[in-house]
Amino acid sequence: MPSTSKMVPVPSRAIIPERDLNATPILEVSHLSVHFGGLNAVEDFSIIVGRTEIAGLIGPNGAGKTTVFNLLTKVYQPTRGAILLDGNDTAGMNTVQISQAGIARTFQNIRLFQSLSVADNVKIGLHNQVKYSTMSGILRLPSFWRSERRAHDEAMELLSIFNMQHMANYKAGSLPYGAQRRLEIVRALATRPSLLLLDEPAAGMNPSETEELMANIIKIRDMFQIAIMLIEHDMRLVMGICEGIAVLNYGKIIAKGTPEEIQADPAVIEAYLGQKKEA
Amino acid sequence: MTFLSYLISGLSLGSVYAIIALGYTMVYGIAKMLNFAHGDVIMVGGYMSFIATAHLGWPPLASVLLAMVVCTALGIVIERFAYKPLRAAPSLAVLITAIGVSYFLQNAALLIWSSNPKSFTSIVRLPSLKLFDGELTVSSVAIVTIISCIIIIIALTFVIGKTKIGKAMRAVSEDKEAAQLMGISVNQTISVTFAIGSALAAIAGVLLCSAYPILMPTTGSMPGIKAFTAAVFGGIGSIPGAFWGGLLLGMIEIFGKAYISTELSDAIVFSILIIVLLVKPTGLMGKKISEKV
Repeated sequence: MPSTSKMVPVPSRAIIPERDLNATPILEVSHLSVHFGGLNAVEDFSIIVGRTEIAGLIGPNGAGKTTVFNLLTKVYQPTRGAILLDGNDTAGMNTVQISQAGIARTFQNIRLFQSLSVADNVKIGLHNQVKYSTMSGILRLPSFWRSERRAHDEAMELLSIFNMQHMANYKAGSLPYGAQRRLEIVRALATRPSLLLLDEPAAGMNPSETEELMANIIKIRDMFQIAIMLIEHDMRLVMGICEGIAVLNYGKIIAKGTPEEIQADPAVIEAYLGQKKEA
Repeated sequence: MTFLSYLISGLSLGSVYAIIALGYTMVYGIAKMLNFAHGDVIMVGGYMSFIATAHLGWPPLASVLLAMVVCTALGIVIERFAYKPLRAAPSLAVLITAIGVSYFLQNAALLIWSSNPKSFTSIVRLPSLKLFDGELTVSSVAIVTIISCIIIIIALTFVIGKTKIGKAMRAVSEDKEAAQLMGISVNQTISVTFAIGSALAAIAGVLLCSAYPILMPTTGSMPGIKAFTAAVFGGIGSIPGAFWGGLLLGMIEIFGKAYISTELSDAIVFSILIIVLLVKPTGLMGKKISEKV
């Protein structure tokens, strides 16, 4: 098979925002690959994400974008390649350790704890911050009430980012769709991530909701000073807020660059619109 | 007056079923498996208390604590070595393993304590309560059993509703993968669930043997099956369901024995289960099951 690399402009520089250049990148992925049987779901995926960057991962359906998220969070173990989080190798870590190390995510098809209250969903995210033993919980020691109150206050504060405090006692499953998406982001933020992965955050949203979401993503980045990597099909959102973009097709990166570079890239246009059949 | 006395016996037996059913339902709710060895953990609890009081001369409360500690450890060990390796296996494999563990425990008990029934001395050594000029006698064991059950259900509701481990349990019950991504260790949560369930089984074992003082290696199996029935009856996976299911089952059994037929009482219990499941397949308080995509 002829290599497609000729068509891919190899970025001559790391595409991370200037303000992040002097800090260790939050995420450094090199040659990441995963094979399911004979299928190379992700092949030789390398990317660098700056400490406070908003990065986009785009590509046609089935390109392997969510698989990349699953690899980053160790839902799948990679066949090959390395993932450095804040300069530390994550090899051998499991999903729980990854969460504690600072990666949080949302899901393409919302996966809230439906039968729990909105506040409890967020408190579960805060799980690792709430420190008390099961015994003191049973014995109702004062420290239990103190930390429980702290968790409650923090949950309300996080909910206030999206003006959702008044929904705290609703069942998560009873919220309207848009609010469920927002709650999932709040729940992810509650784990104190340094890298937040958003899987199609704008899916099913109308243009004005998407507009609001874009502002909120930037607000979250500025407030928490974290990196955000998102998978999205809405090009207005991706081109509007992402500073660096990687395009994935058939499990391989076919282009990396700034929004302007990506929009002008012939390989990207071909992947999205298809190649002209040659005789 | 006899009605009242049957009612109290029914509530007492029902409380034992409820305490056992809580273990079944918690494990099912969180690990999505039927732990058929649960009934045999009750038997181990009974033997531990028996050894502590009859052979070592410990006070009753200390013997209960010993039973709880041993059963908690046993529950964690069973989960770790028999069920954890099968976390990804089909549920049928886990079910058969659980039946295997059940027979293993029964036969281990047979080997250690032989098949001779031991006569268990009640751990409640208070005199019976005589009410209405001696017309109604309520055994102290029955009172202690009912009170224990109420305390356990209140404590458990608090732990599951308000504490960190309770939230972790509910999260794992709903979506294991999402829970892990929130930093909750699924294995640890399942371990804690088995630990709590087994500690409850120990209490149930001691109370059961105090009320029906014959202890054999098979002592736990029938109450185990009845409690499983109670859990299904109330809606498996539901904590209040296990509580009400247990109480109802205990009362149906005692009233069936008293007013219909002693021989048929078990048949009556199971017939009612079948009828409930025909009318309401998810049990009395069961949630509607919707498959996640």
